[in-house]
Amino acid sequence: MPDQLLFAIEVTLNGLMAGVLYALVALGFVLIFKASGIFNYAQGVMALFAALTLVGIMDGQVPFEHLINAVFGTDIHGFGWEVPALLAILLTMVVMIAFAWAVNWIVLRHLVGQEPIILFMATIGLAYFLEGLGDMMWGADIKTLDVGLPQGINTTIDEATFNMFGYGFFIDNLDITATIIAAVLVAVLVAFSQYTKQGRALRAVADDHQAALSVGISLNFIWVLTWSIAGFVALVAGIMWGAKSGVQFSLSLIALKALPVLMLGGFTSIPGAIVGGLIIGVGEKLFEFLVGPLVGGATENWFAYVLALIFLVFRPQGLFGERIIERV
Amino acid sequence: MLYREAGDFKTTYREDGQTFPIRLDRTAYFAILAVAALFVPFVINDYWLNAVLLPFLIYAIAAMGLNILTGYCGQVSLGTGAFMAVGAYACYKLMTAFPDINIAIHIVLSGFITAGVGMLFGLPSLRIKGFYLAVATLAAQFFLVWLFNRVPWFYNYSASGQINAPERTLAGFRITGPETQAWAVYLFCLVFVVASAWICRNLTRGAMGRKWMAIRDMDIAAEIIGVNPLRAKLSAFGVSSFFVGISGALFFSVYLGAVEVGEAFGINKSFLVLFMVIIGGLGSILGSFLGAAFMVLLPVLLKNVLVGGLGWPTDLAAHLEYMIVGGLIIFFLIVEPHGLAQLWRITKEKLRLWPFPH
Repeated sequence: MPDQLLFAIEVTLNGLMAGVLYALVALGFVLIFKASGIFNYAQGVMALFAALTLVGIMDGQVPFEHLINAVFGTDIHGFGWEVPALLAILLTMVVMIAFAWAVNWIVLRHLVGQEPIILFMATIGLAYFLEGLGDMMWGADIKTLDVGLPQGINTTIDEATFNMFGYGFFIDNLDITATIIAAVLVAVLVAFSQYTKQGRALRAVADDHQAALSVGISLNFIWVLTWSIAGFVALVAGIMWGAKSGVQFSLSLIALKALPVLMLGGFTSIPGAIVGGLIIGVGEKLFEFLVGPLVGGATENWFAYVLALIFLVFRPQGLFGERIIERV
Repeated sequence: MLYREAGDFKTTYREDGQTFPIRLDRTAYFAILAVAALFVPFVINDYWLNAVLLPFLIYAIAAMGLNILTGYCGQVSLGTGAFMAVGAYACYKLMTAFPDINIAIHIVLSGFITAGVGMLFGLPSLRIKGFYLAVATLAAQFFLVWLFNRVPWFYNYSASGQINAPERTLAGFRITGPETQAWAVYLFCLVFVVASAWICRNLTRGAMGRKWMAIRDMDIAAEIIGVNPLRAKLSAFGVSSFFVGISGALFFSVYLGAVEVGEAFGINKSFLVLFMVIIGGLGSILGSFLGAAFMVLLPVLLKNVLVGGLGWPTDLAAHLEYMIVGGLIIFFLIVEPHGLAQLWRITKEKLRLWPFPH
């Protein structure tokens, strides 16, 4: 096979892996949007916050240590212990659930019935708040996250493809792990929403708020539940991205990458989020590979948006979205 | 002099339809204008100009522009930063290509160029609505910023990739470049702000504004009663981008002087202006001013209190600022989703009955 084609295949494979990570973030959006009609801009910052908390707990940092030192003039530097990864993940999950609960009781409870744009703005406010809180609690420096996921080039694939085509594909172990974890996560979520009582209640709320209320489903509980699940998805996404590129502010920008995925897949569809993620992941990598060098590179910043934009002009509700019916 | 209409007789249609129907409002408006134009220029210094007044004036124009699109026509846009960048780069290209022409003309022209770009990116609004449109405007944000970063023609092939405002004078006073006179710069911007506010206010209460509001409230119904959605939406995008472009041109040429596009006109700028519009009040010109004042003054105030007053390290203060800004936005949305302008409207209703509310 010609080299160029092999490169293209490699790029496509890596694009698929990147697409899985986009889909992970988009999944959190879809869950909350379906259950409460809120477009949660804070999803990306939630991933950052979860990753920061995880690193903080693992390294035994004292929350707000900079603040405490500045206000009381003390000199605290960590508890001096290290927490095993699994326990730290559990503790982080507790924090995310507490956060979900707080968001519902402090913010959303007061905004029920407002227009979607107001709710959207509130989540942007939330994103700012959470960003400040995360940095305040755990410090703003770039941290490395290592929960024991395999990293580096996958030698088996490298050797196998080298023997077959004379060119070894570079595929990161971390990406493979991420793909597997994402697949498991989606399977668990689907099973949860199909076979458990809470899952059914969740789908009922997504279908019709009032009808769900009238058969005795507690909206408050369901919303806390969805935000907790979104927090969990954010945590998984945070671990993956954090392990890949370090835990830092730019992690919160993955939310912006997830937006075109949502547009492409439709805001209300879980399969849409996954397929959209894959299309965007492959599309932007291939475009950068084929067209990028001609126009100066870094096309990844905007390609996804322009693709989604062009696509939407032909199909305004996205790939799998519910058909938009408007009445006067 | 009490705050009420009683006794203020209108004898012509013209008087009946004026912007400030109550005498006290009118007086207050002219008093504020007089103070801004005749008193402030004499006491202004560089700190106040650069930290408070210039950002306030320039953001007020941008907020008015976005308010026309989002508040009056109901099309949410997250591309304000990029449209400001279009204004800035248009102004830069014009300033360097035609150095002899008056800078005020350049700034108005860059407004028109931005209006054209805005209408182009407004085309999808004919097919898609709501959040989909909001995200679609992000395409403009990222694509335009990338374009200005990557195509050397836009920054005249300068090595740094930055654009720098050349020195320009107006009536003999230096407006751009180093060593400007504070009062001249201030007055220059003030003229643009007052003119923009006047145009916006009168556009939004005329036929055009009514069409925009009809589209905002229910686009299909508006179409049925004879509003052309193509014209209404594209004109909203055009007018809105015109003002955003002017504010971008001023932001670059008069305020910053040197601009790196990703830093000055990134996505954060889009959100900042959107915050101003929402906190100030959607669909209100006064709200744009209140929102701009709020978002400009808050960080200055916080910085002075925390770093200057309590002696905190600057990074901690910056984090706390994020938390407070985020918290305040949520707080305002909960307390008054229609923004500061609505608070003012309620106050006015109360004032009319004061001191005998029953």
